[in-house]
Amino acid sequence: MPEALIVGAPKETFAGEARVAMTPDSAKQLQKLGYTCLIQSGAGKAAGFSDETYEAAGVEIVKTAPSLWKKADIITKVRPPQDKELGYLTSGKTLISFFNPGGNADGLEKAKASGANVIAMEMVPRISRAQKMDALSSMANISGYRAVIEAGNNFGRFFTGQITAAGKVPPAKVLIVGAGVAGLAAIGTSTSLGAITYAFDVRPEVAEQVESMGAEFVYLDFKEEQQDGAASGGYASVSSPEFREAQLARFRELAPEMDIVITTALIPNREAPKLWLEDMVKSMKPGSVIIDLAAERGGNVEGTVKDEKVVTENGVTIIGYTDFPSRMATQSSNLYATNIRHMMTDLTPEKDGQVVHNMEDDVIRGATVAFEGEITFPPPPPKVQAIAAKPKEKPKELTPEERRAQEHAAFVAQTKQHVSLLAIGAVLMMLVGLIAPASFMQHFIVFVLAVFVGFQVIWNVSHSLHTPLMAVTNAISSIIILGALMQIGSGSFLVILLAGLSVFMAGINIFGGFLVTRRMLAMFQKS
Amino acid sequence: MEFGFTTAVYVVAAVLFILSLGGLSGQESAKRAVWYGIAGMALAVAATLIGPGSGLWLLSLLLIAGGGVIGYFVAMRVQMTEMPQLVAAMHSLVGLAAVFVGFNAYIELGRVLAMSEEERHALDGFAALLAHKTPVEQSILKVEVFLGVFIGAVTFTGSVVAFGKLAGKVTSKAEKLPGGHMLNASAAILSLLLLILFLNGAGIWTLILMTLLAFFIGYHLIMGIGGADMPVVVSMLNSYSGWAAAAIGFSLGNDLLIVVGALVGSSGAILSYIMCKAMNRSFISVILGGFGNTTGPAMEVEGEQVAIDAEGVASALNEADSVIIIPGYGMAVAQAQNAVSELTRKLRMAGKEVRFAIHPVAGRLPGHMNVLLAEAKVPYDIVMEMDEINDDFPDTDVAIVIGSNDIVNPAAQDDPNSPIAGMPVLEVWKAKQVFVLKRGQGTGYSGIENPLFFKENTRMYYGDARGSIDALLSIVD
Repeated sequence: MPEALIVGAPKETFAGEARVAMTPDSAKQLQKLGYTCLIQSGAGKAAGFSDETYEAAGVEIVKTAPSLWKKADIITKVRPPQDKELGYLTSGKTLISFFNPGGNADGLEKAKASGANVIAMEMVPRISRAQKMDALSSMANISGYRAVIEAGNNFGRFFTGQITAAGKVPPAKVLIVGAGVAGLAAIGTSTSLGAITYAFDVRPEVAEQVESMGAEFVYLDFKEEQQDGAASGGYASVSSPEFREAQLARFRELAPEMDIVITTALIPNREAPKLWLEDMVKSMKPGSVIIDLAAERGGNVEGTVKDEKVVTENGVTIIGYTDFPSRMATQSSNLYATNIRHMMTDLTPEKDGQVVHNMEDDVIRGATVAFEGEITFPPPPPKVQAIAAKPKEKPKELTPEERRAQEHAAFVAQTKQHVSLLAIGAVLMMLVGLIAPASFMQHFIVFVLAVFVGFQVIWNVSHSLHTPLMAVTNAISSIIILGALMQIGSGSFLVILLAGLSVFMAGINIFGGFLVTRRMLAMFQKS
Repeated sequence: MEFGFTTAVYVVAAVLFILSLGGLSGQESAKRAVWYGIAGMALAVAATLIGPGSGLWLLSLLLIAGGGVIGYFVAMRVQMTEMPQLVAAMHSLVGLAAVFVGFNAYIELGRVLAMSEEERHALDGFAALLAHKTPVEQSILKVEVFLGVFIGAVTFTGSVVAFGKLAGKVTSKAEKLPGGHMLNASAAILSLLLLILFLNGAGIWTLILMTLLAFFIGYHLIMGIGGADMPVVVSMLNSYSGWAAAAIGFSLGNDLLIVVGALVGSSGAILSYIMCKAMNRSFISVILGGFGNTTGPAMEVEGEQVAIDAEGVASALNEADSVIIIPGYGMAVAQAQNAVSELTRKLRMAGKEVRFAIHPVAGRLPGHMNVLLAEAKVPYDIVMEMDEINDDFPDTDVAIVIGSNDIVNPAAQDDPNSPIAGMPVLEVWKAKQVFVLKRGQGTGYSGIENPLFFKENTRMYYGDARGSIDALLSIVD
């Protein structure tokens, strides 16, 4: 068996980054997959994991970053690697990290030159199977939660309405723009704190999710069909100018009422759309708080300063922090390390500590941005449909006239069918009548009528009684006993024998059939 | 005259039989309906004994009583899970009786024809009826006898094989002799030739040979049909036993036999139709056995089957407000209905809404699941049909699938290339959480993969259904 590969996590070098890509828990799981784990000394400190806890989990502590990068075969990180770190990469190593491949051409070139394989966590396709490694979602979830907490921290009132001995406190009104993962997390947090929460999204199909979380969906009075986000892999896409105008007008109406606004609107690989304009900020009450979760890409709000908190002239606080996950480093490290661990599970089909970098696998292929000296970004579209299938085409609404015409046509067709069947039946009957003697025809008419009655009666039998029905029909089909009884008085011994046997068998059937039916029916009880 | 009286009684009996079947439209009226049937049968037998029945009363009554004792014990001892076998076995008896009665009719005809004029006048009962027949009527009688014996014989061996399959004594796989349906077809054509010979007075050997051929057809036809198609097969045999009785009724000139035969025949035919529709397959394709050819590759199943243990299921059940249970043949096999009922009772005590969703072809007999649940004292008003409950899945917290597979397969709706495409299925995957109780990772009867098991909201709870539910019972509160 080949020697187990080594997974290592260095300390994050980005200033202020507190997260770490491996936790003691995830290390234990990685060891179960057959890997040896390394961590740089102090890497987990800011996230609340001491070197000792790592050691207790069987992780080897390495003093410096260079020696870790040298020893480890697989390096797991949070922030995109910096130039120096990229320099450590060599052929045969695998880097798993956020990489921002869309805006990091330089980094991609360096990775290509090194010959190492790079898996970018933000490129994990959004399909059901890959949700467990969707780090963007798990980080967005934290951002959404933290955004509400941060807003509360800067907001001078309660979230929930209260009537106290010292007077009545109105509940805070919170508007959340963009009901993606972060938006939904923010909605959940805000409603559970007791605020009256409104939410808006350009994708009308999320209204149901929003309402299920206890917020009110802000509908636009807009006729044009709104874009279905399912077609673009579950992300929002650019909207038309008319739509944008309608949206801004609605926001303008809402702005004076809102105490807290959290914007989360992002379109993949584009500048964040400006949704909360200067005049809206101005019309807000003093003391209101705006959290702009899109600050990294320029912000949804006019006046956002990236990574800073600013207070406008009219006393509105605008927060443009971009490090919300890092502000909850323990939680986010846990989730991120678990995402990474799931990725490793997919990379280790045999659980033998050996990486199988299967470029046929949709998820692995999609996330890999550099592979054996080639840049493999952007990936081909995934074979599996993302998130939702295309909506089925709705059957066209019929006008009353059309429906009437259709019903009439169906009626005519049915009548025609009935009449022709009846005609054929009647003709056949007459033909039989021409040949057959009268005595036969008498019986035949009885037969046809009985079949007809049978069909009419049986259709009404309740489905749950089909088994008793079979038992009853079984019992009454022993009516054949009549035939045997008529014959049993014959002079021939053979006839008597056969008839006697028939009577006996029919006897079993009559009693057995009726009794078992009774037994079954007695069991059916109402509650 | 006695015969007039008999006919009058027959009319009453026929009406009672029709009421008896009609009464099965509801659980409560059904309890009354059985009595109509019993009364009808008693009247019919009594009237025949005093009317056209000729002699040997004591023997007849003894034989009926003897059969009755056996019937009584069978009916009282049978397990509800064994109902399909019992029904099949009883069909075979009707089929065989039809064969015997048919043979008798022919033998009697021969005997009567051999008699002189004076002797004929002295006859009574069935023989007297025969004696008055004209030559044309005699030919028609022969056709009727032939037909009755043929259907009876097919019903007999078919039911015996169906019994074997349902009782697990014969492999439930579809098996055919080399030559397949050509064998059946040639046997049927040969029977037709024999009929022509028979009509031209070729003698009793043609009748006997035809009976053997029909025995073969019944055997081979049902051997070629797989276990899960048994609901259709049993209903079809039910129908055949009715038609056999009707054909014999024609040959004996007995209207009550004709009426009841026609009722039973149409009842079975409707049941088969309902079953076929529930599988979105034509009657022919079920009888010819196996699933049709698919038109393209099946959709790829994506995801993985995630297992869960009893604690996981129990905690989900504790949190749920509404639960739907979908039982299938697996529940009958594992005899889990009592455990399921107990679980239902516990959950209902805790104020949860628990209902059952029954697919028309769940189990091995039409309505099989309903009877099992009724036996386990599950109230029938929480046992729903597919159409009644299918729209409620999106509002349901937990759906529990017990030993069913194809009837909950989303491929029937999503994958036009699936062999079961278009079959109406229970949309369990729309529930918030789905637990599938299953022995192992096998496919269902149709042998196709079930994407339900790979859905994100599905968890597989592996193990014997009864043991699994028992394990749940102790930890659900």
